[in-house]
Amino acid sequence: MNVLTDNISTYWKGFLGTVELTVYASILALVLGFVMASFRVAPVGSFRALGTAWVTVLRNTPLTLLFFAVLLGLPRFGLVLPFTVFAVLALGCYTSAFICEALRSGINTVPKGQGEAARSLGMTFSQTLTTIILPQAFRSVIPPVGSTLIALAKNSAIAGAFSVTELLGTYKTLSELGYNIIWTFVWIALGYLVITLAISAVFNILEKRWGVAR
Amino acid sequence: MAVDPLIELRDVNKYYGELHVLQDIDLTVGKGEVVVVIGPSGSGKSTLCRTINRLETIQSGTIRLDGQPLPEEGKALAQLRAEVGMVFQSFNLFAHKTVLQNVSLAQVKVRKRKKDEADKRSRELLDRVGLAAHADKFPAQMSGGQQQRVAIARALAMDPKALLFDEPTSALDPEMINEVLEVMQQLARDGMTMVVVTHEMGFARTAADRVVFMADGKIVEDRAPEDFFTHPESERARDFLSKILKH
Repeated sequence: MNVLTDNISTYWKGFLGTVELTVYASILALVLGFVMASFRVAPVGSFRALGTAWVTVLRNTPLTLLFFAVLLGLPRFGLVLPFTVFAVLALGCYTSAFICEALRSGINTVPKGQGEAARSLGMTFSQTLTTIILPQAFRSVIPPVGSTLIALAKNSAIAGAFSVTELLGTYKTLSELGYNIIWTFVWIALGYLVITLAISAVFNILEKRWGVAR
Repeated sequence: MAVDPLIELRDVNKYYGELHVLQDIDLTVGKGEVVVVIGPSGSGKSTLCRTINRLETIQSGTIRLDGQPLPEEGKALAQLRAEVGMVFQSFNLFAHKTVLQNVSLAQVKVRKRKKDEADKRSRELLDRVGLAAHADKFPAQMSGGQQQRVAIARALAMDPKALLFDEPTSALDPEMINEVLEVMQQLARDGMTMVVVTHEMGFARTAADRVVFMADGKIVEDRAPEDFFTHPESERARDFLSKILKH
């Protein structure tokens, strides 16, 4: 127990670091994922190709490798930013590929007739997508998007290896101070649990409010 | 009957891969005419109906609406589709919108009407199809027949030049078919130009100006309903009628 009470400020800083990474990377992932999903169902071929390439590259790269590429690669091209920003970029772009695919599977659950009816009334592609298809797709993508964001919260631990302050990284400081490693990790795990359960709670509310009625 | 053609199909061909679903189709529908398309399953009648507003593309031939050739994808096609209403077998009401919103949406988005103006028009049309009291319900809360009548109101709200019906009663319980057919009969009497793909022979007899009989992707007969039902010329049509009129 005294692992936590003695080092509450170290834990708190790490916890806040993880929350920060999760929130910013989630926002980036949702925005990019939305844009890429629209691209992937667009009637214009070059947009579809761009969306497909984005998903293929990012979904198939190991996240650690992506961190290396962003944190060590981008500075070589003259782009020097704080490591936290780089970590948000890597996490956000990586997760956006999964969000994109979740959204696209949601779009596919909307019956074809909905789009046909909208088009037969003279609505354009973008009107059909934004007023008819996406609002209905949204209901069925709440659970998979929630899971993806929970995965993002846990993936943020990789940033600790690149000297970004976050929850998992606190174990190094504490084990150097000679604290029991098992209890150190128990408290870290509980910290992650608080974050992931909070995300679950938010998505449960969203689902109650907007989810598909059965 | 060839007064003022509104819908003209010339040498229309369509393939699904190897399958030749529409073969050299020629069809003219005049203003105010009601043309009923009948035929066995897989004869291409639904496909024919859907090519008229380009929900299905064709490989060759021309389709003209009010003298204008059907545009390719894009804004011009969207504008043209607004002129041709369509009623589907599975209703396709927007599931996340109320009945009133269903009827008003495209008036606002496509016809650029003010919202209250659109809602006023929607309520008139809902009243006309006998559903004024259901304006605030969601589609899932209504019966099939009611949903289909809303779909007709939604199509009428665009003030279309013609209406296409793709088997409008095929997904309905028998007792709900009549309420939809009555609305369609009324539209026919009011002089709406209609192309109706259906299995309702009673409707074809009473409301149609012409009956088009299709089989295997071809138009086999195109005649006045009384003629067609009493003296079908082709073997294919006689066979079809003998099967469906037996019971």
